[in-house]
Amino acid sequence: MSVTVEIERRDSRPAKPEWICPSCKDGARLADVRGNLFVCPYCGFHTRITAGERIRQLADPESFSELWPFVRTLDPLGFTDLEAYPDRVREAQAKTGLAEAIVTGSATIEGNACVLAVMDFGFLGGSMGSVVGEKLWRSAELAAAQDLPLVAVCSSGGARMQEGVLSLMQMAKTSCAVDVVNEAGTPFVAVLVDPCTGGVVASFATLADICIAEPGAKLYFSGPRVIQQTTREALPEGFSTAERNLELGHLDAVVPRKELKTKVGNYLRLLEGGDTPERRDTRRARGRSKRGLAQATADGARAIAALAWRSFVGGSGEAPGPPEEASAREETP
Amino acid sequence: MEKLQGRLKRLQHEKRRRDAWLTVEIARHRDRPRTRDYIATLIDGFEELKGDRLRADDPAIVGGIGWFGDRAVLVVGHQKGRTLDEQTVHNFGMARPEGYRKAQRLFSLAERHALPVLTFVDTPGAYPGVAAEEGGQARAIAETMLKMARLTVPVVATVIGEGGSGGALALAVADRVLMQENATYSVISPEGCAAILWRDAAFAPQAAEALHPTASQLYELGVVEKVVEEPRGGAHNNPEAAAAKVGEAIGAALAELDQVEPETRRARRRERFRRLGVWAEPDAGGTVLSAIPDMRP
Repeated sequence: MSVTVEIERRDSRPAKPEWICPSCKDGARLADVRGNLFVCPYCGFHTRITAGERIRQLADPESFSELWPFVRTLDPLGFTDLEAYPDRVREAQAKTGLAEAIVTGSATIEGNACVLAVMDFGFLGGSMGSVVGEKLWRSAELAAAQDLPLVAVCSSGGARMQEGVLSLMQMAKTSCAVDVVNEAGTPFVAVLVDPCTGGVVASFATLADICIAEPGAKLYFSGPRVIQQTTREALPEGFSTAERNLELGHLDAVVPRKELKTKVGNYLRLLEGGDTPERRDTRRARGRSKRGLAQATADGARAIAALAWRSFVGGSGEAPGPPEEASAREETP
Repeated sequence: MEKLQGRLKRLQHEKRRRDAWLTVEIARHRDRPRTRDYIATLIDGFEELKGDRLRADDPAIVGGIGWFGDRAVLVVGHQKGRTLDEQTVHNFGMARPEGYRKAQRLFSLAERHALPVLTFVDTPGAYPGVAAEEGGQARAIAETMLKMARLTVPVVATVIGEGGSGGALALAVADRVLMQENATYSVISPEGCAAILWRDAAFAPQAAEALHPTASQLYELGVVEKVVEEPRGGAHNNPEAAAAKVGEAIGAALAELDQVEPETRRARRRERFRRLGVWAEPDAGGTVLSAIPDMRP
């Protein structure tokens, strides 16, 4: 009897496991973990996942179409620390297969048409530089223009130091983007996943209408190391975890990955549910015909990109903006 | 000849590094005029208004109403303090969530009564403490920025010392951002940056050079509208003269902003921050020039 049990255990857990849980150190088969949305089947630990995997989990199958994939990083300061910034970016691109730390596009979530922005921590720690700020701004503008909700999955180590003060300015820029969405009255849902820190959590991420997090996600503005170095305070149990933040009133809910899609779908339906019947009908019609949605958002996206492009290369005459000297200075470095 | 040119290049590099570090040191100088000094010189009949109306008053941010020339204005700024006692009271200008919420409440007050908003930025950063974190530091900063973005009254921010990270930016979402010649404004302190990227805080001067935190560099990047001159050697050498220059610049900025309709002011402020950032898009039509372009300018 005991022998049989031995054999069974050896079968289900191979000698050299394909995947080891970073938390409980138990091994598992990769296929099982993937089937479990990269949540440890034994201890329930939520591992970090790529932007691509996140989109696969969150958006309805085949519904995601990427927007503005060609916005590229520049090196405005000629920044070099131990390594030159362009080299770091190239390495990150090669490693992740992404152009930047954020992927934006249109999608449907449980049939709800929306603009979806997903950050990837694997790309230079998900840091927010000019490109992240710009793509987030465009997502917000598109959501406002097309009367679509905005869903952002945020994961970041903070501002991209290599872009100096310009990366700091992205905090203001993305906060202004929230103003655009709010003004249009379209819902904005933020999902905070491990880790969401620094400049991102202190700007658009926490300004969302509904702000939820995955279990165990670390969410903070100043990290444990900085706090200890500056103040030498002892950190309380569970400091900065999603659960602690929920207790303190900083989150609407902590939602396990398995329920994330259903929850976000519910939120979107509810937040749009207060609209007049006509507005709801137009929205529903758009959600039903996915091709219609893709076409409409792509057209809108092109218009927004063209607008941004004009102001980027020196400003068009009509665009309301800062005084002339300011726009004249904004040329490609 | 080539050897000499190489030497010159190295020396120039060395000078840039020293200049950047010198600015950082002047910006942090113990005797540098603080927000309260500028209020004392520039604002008549200042009435300080305290408290966030929720739980506390944070002395790291001071605010109140007073007369700027013949106009009533709201003034909000970080306060660092000079003596050790003062610095302890004001927590070295490092604000807690209560401070940012106080600023928000004062901004609402200004909006309700159509008072122009003047802010002074001088902080190493938001306070990194457990209570501050758990009290919602992140959202407090984010909401302050959003609140400033929504104002329709004129908003002029002046960076007078250290503009440290999000804690500084929270008071600088303005129509016009002015910056004193020897002030710095950066995403992270040189020490913090060196500790992360060089893995040693001793590389702070290198980091200071790389971060481009000085007023003239920020002007180049379009982040500030005006560099305000300082007396020789820094504002601490002649605080009155420094304050006069700051007052002049604020007055000019307000006069300009008065020409604009309130709603337009708000729209333009948003547009101002929308334009900040540097990126490339090979072709707005969608043609990519190369998948991973050479990013060196």
